[in-house]
Amino acid sequence: MTLIIDKLTVSYGNRQVLHQVSTEALAPGSFIGLIGPNAAGKSTLFKALGGLIRARSGTMDLDGKSLDALSRTERARQVVYMPQAYGCNAALTVFESVLLALKQEGGWRVGGDQIARVSATLDTLSIPHLSDRPIGALSGGQAQMVAVAQCLVRAPRLMLLDEPTSALDLHHQLSILTRVHEEARRGGMVVIAALHDLNLAAKFCDRLILLRNGHVVAEGETRKVLALPAIGETYQVTTSLETSRSGNAYVDARLPERIPVRAVA
Amino acid sequence: MNTHADPQPVPTAIDPVAANPALGYRSRIGRRLALVGLLTAFLFVSFMVDITNGPGNFSLKIVFDTLLDARAHGVKLEVVVWDYRLPVAVTAILVGAMLGAAGAEMQTILNNPLAEPFTLGVSSAASFGAALAIVTGMSVIPNIGPLIVTINAFFFALGTCALLLLASRLRGAGADTMVLFGIAIFFTFNALLAMMQYAASEDELSRIVFWMMGSLSRASWEKIQLGALLLALILPFCMLRSWQLTALRMGEETARSMGVDVGRLRIELLICISLLAATAVSFVGTVGFVGLVGPHIARMLVGEDQRFFLPLSAIVGALVLSIASIVSKTVTPGVLYPIGIVTALIGVPVFVSLILSTRKEKLR
Repeated sequence: MTLIIDKLTVSYGNRQVLHQVSTEALAPGSFIGLIGPNAAGKSTLFKALGGLIRARSGTMDLDGKSLDALSRTERARQVVYMPQAYGCNAALTVFESVLLALKQEGGWRVGGDQIARVSATLDTLSIPHLSDRPIGALSGGQAQMVAVAQCLVRAPRLMLLDEPTSALDLHHQLSILTRVHEEARRGGMVVIAALHDLNLAAKFCDRLILLRNGHVVAEGETRKVLALPAIGETYQVTTSLETSRSGNAYVDARLPERIPVRAVA
Repeated sequence: MNTHADPQPVPTAIDPVAANPALGYRSRIGRRLALVGLLTAFLFVSFMVDITNGPGNFSLKIVFDTLLDARAHGVKLEVVVWDYRLPVAVTAILVGAMLGAAGAEMQTILNNPLAEPFTLGVSSAASFGAALAIVTGMSVIPNIGPLIVTINAFFFALGTCALLLLASRLRGAGADTMVLFGIAIFFTFNALLAMMQYAASEDELSRIVFWMMGSLSRASWEKIQLGALLLALILPFCMLRSWQLTALRMGEETARSMGVDVGRLRIELLICISLLAATAVSFVGTVGFVGLVGPHIARMLVGEDQRFFLPLSAIVGALVLSIASIVSKTVTPGVLYPIGIVTALIGVPVFVSLILSTRKEKLR
């Protein structure tokens, strides 16, 4: 279940968003952090991998098989994508919305095994108490956990999480990423998560891909990438990679003395 | 200073749903099935009351006997029950179900709780088509004879749905574009309709107004057969897509990430909605409230799991129009009020009170 992205180019009309993005082989069970500033092309890369937009050129192979060669259903079975915008006002309970993700294949009727699988996923993420709650009544963080549950329940081979912890408190950030990490290891799936918090990336990711303006600036083992000057240059901050007393790496980031004016797209 | 706060809230009582989410889900499904059954029973009662009511004051037993054996109480009763009351009562149920289902699916694919055939201009287009036939005699199909008004209304409604469909195919068109497009159609056809009314003679004007108010008096067994066939084909077609349609309510991007072919689903459903709405409007004229209230009440009762939401929207739509049919006959004995007026007059206060009571529940 190895993922290889090779020279992937994606455009919106005439505007090229991803420029020949390539990665090394991403091994099964690995947790990959996709980092980079706003509008770097992270969501576009996810949408291209998830089949929501067409790549202009390049290849995306999962176990040597092109993702573009898969049928829509087969691709959805193997690749799940959690969009950045989560939450909605549909009159559905949390249980139903997670079941819904599972029921896009496998017939009209709901089987006992499917109900059990949804229950197990809610347990895994420690949210069974939300089961009967309408999704429109959830907080941002709770909605984000339900969105992760919708991905996990499908047991995919490639999981793409677009800023999965942006609305979560510290406890739930650690809890969700720990669970996803465990599931990746257990199920042998490749997880790619877009993260803005470099310390979370340092704690959980096996490898990092640094994107800037649609180009891969750096890719490799987490500590090595975080130690690169490219990190500071990309975010326009001063960074240094430190090690805590417990041996964990963390990024110490500061604004440079003269703050550059940066346009946020 | 104590910095070791417990990050996990300690539960004070055992929540049975948290302890067993599967049990909670199963009991919810059971409640929904019971609600669908209960409302179907209400609909049957309403239907029976509808065919019992009317000039002549025949008892329920006599009407029931005539239903089982047409000649049981003579030719007069046969004509009253089988040629007048039954077609009207069945048409109320069929048209209500068509409008309820069309409204539910429109709201789903456009992700807008205000979407229904009336608000998106389908009924206005049908009214204009009817007015065109009444005032100028121009028909979409030449030499169609007495069916000219119905046929014109049908094709104008269908044409409007086709326009909405084309709008959905525009590059970058989302649900918002389609709703705005529908509103533009609504105002355009209303203006054209006003022009027709301005040019109409007194007699033509009264016919147009009567058509616009909606009436069950145009019911016939031919129309009933066509409507029943349409519902029998379209409802199962939509039900088979229940999970995809429910996914659409999670947002277009989430639905697509789950493997739903959103573009195709939207076109398939628009075709179904077009056929349902155009047929319903061409049968009874403008009835503007049922497509809105049916899905809203269904949503309050069973949520938006389409396996329950769609059939219940149709049942509630049928119930609303069936009750309106009874009221239209009983307010003033001997006078049959236009059904569109009745649905608005009795439906709007009920609907608003429902919305307000739900809001209170949420605030509690």
